[in-house]
Amino acid sequence: MEHTYKFLLRIGDDSLILGQRLAELCGHGPILEEDIALTNISLDLIGQATNIYTYAAQLEGKGRDADALAFLRLEHQYLNAILVEQPNGNFADTLVRQFFFDVYRKLLFEQLLTSIDQQVAAIAEKSLKETRYHLKHSSEWVIRLGDGTELSKERAQFAILDLWRYTEELFYMDETEIQLAKAGVIPNLKDLKPLWMEQVLSVLNLATLTLPENQGFFGAGRQGRHSEHMGFLLAQLQYMQRVYPNMQW
Amino acid sequence: MVSKEELLAILDAVKDPEIPVLSIRDLGILRAVNLTPDGWIIDITPTYSGCPAMITIEEEIAKVLNAHGITQFTINSSLSPAWTTDWITEEGKQKLEEYGIAPPVEEVDKSVLFSKPPVVPCPKCKETHTKMISQFGSTACKAHYQCQECLEPFDYFKCLR
Repeated sequence: MEHTYKFLLRIGDDSLILGQRLAELCGHGPILEEDIALTNISLDLIGQATNIYTYAAQLEGKGRDADALAFLRLEHQYLNAILVEQPNGNFADTLVRQFFFDVYRKLLFEQLLTSIDQQVAAIAEKSLKETRYHLKHSSEWVIRLGDGTELSKERAQFAILDLWRYTEELFYMDETEIQLAKAGVIPNLKDLKPLWMEQVLSVLNLATLTLPENQGFFGAGRQGRHSEHMGFLLAQLQYMQRVYPNMQW
Repeated sequence: MVSKEELLAILDAVKDPEIPVLSIRDLGILRAVNLTPDGWIIDITPTYSGCPAMITIEEEIAKVLNAHGITQFTINSSLSPAWTTDWITEEGKQKLEEYGIAPPVEEVDKSVLFSKPPVVPCPKCKETHTKMISQFGSTACKAHYQCQECLEPFDYFKCLR
């Protein structure tokens, strides 16, 4: 139970934090259609986070609810991958970050469909349908930007160089994931990596973009150690609950 | 005590707040109603995980039931089997079109890359010469299209499977 709880926080925090990042673009998208698209994706992610946290809170059994998990933890208690907390940057940064994440999430949810934990499988079944739309959207943009103008290509390529180092963390496994994989609750995340690589490369090839060589990986978000961006993000995310505890809409 | 049929008829008054011509039954959001010793269990399911209409729908169900003097009930939200657009009734699809929203066509966008968007007839002039403007429309469940014949911009209820 404890392992499942921790794993749920890890994937739930990915959803919440990326959802929050995309929500920052509400009213600031580069064009109206993208403004709507990115905030729709944000909404799906926050909805997924709600489902994941609701189950996590139930497993924890300490009377906390999804809101308490979302709003009332400290920075080191969030277990999202560092990739998702990276700032939106320019449009290419936003879409490359999304693309790396969407490929991973689609693969993860596909595998979680057969989880022996029925609620985990149900959450995956629901989320996968949305994730497929997200991936289609981000893949098409990566291709359009990479195989686009000189400037869009330069920015997309730079975004890849910048964000690549955070991707290995998506496949991080410690005792939690090892035990859960043994028990059949989750897949072996290491097995997802080659599939992820293959799908990422197929899109990057079409986009005429390349991966960096000999670059190290970085990221300890899954253990609660975050980049400097996280504190600012949480300040905004948690503001209302901190200033007006237990407030409701 | 109301019968199951009567309860379903009462719940027909609960509409989707975004698409007020469709009841939750038409949309397939209402999965089942069952009577237990503790009262009615009303099973609903969200269309999309983050659908903000779900909270309103739950409140609306409670309001409608209370108005009919039914106080012993639990609203249960279940994720599996996940909702797909196949759960929308034929009647519901017709109502959607009359309302100006193109109903989901029997074609799912599985391919990831530059797959051709589905051919969606314009709900106004019925022409099939339409163009997808954006995969994401006014709500999570819709895409944005424009008819190339009558130029009407319209919402398309995305096929989800």
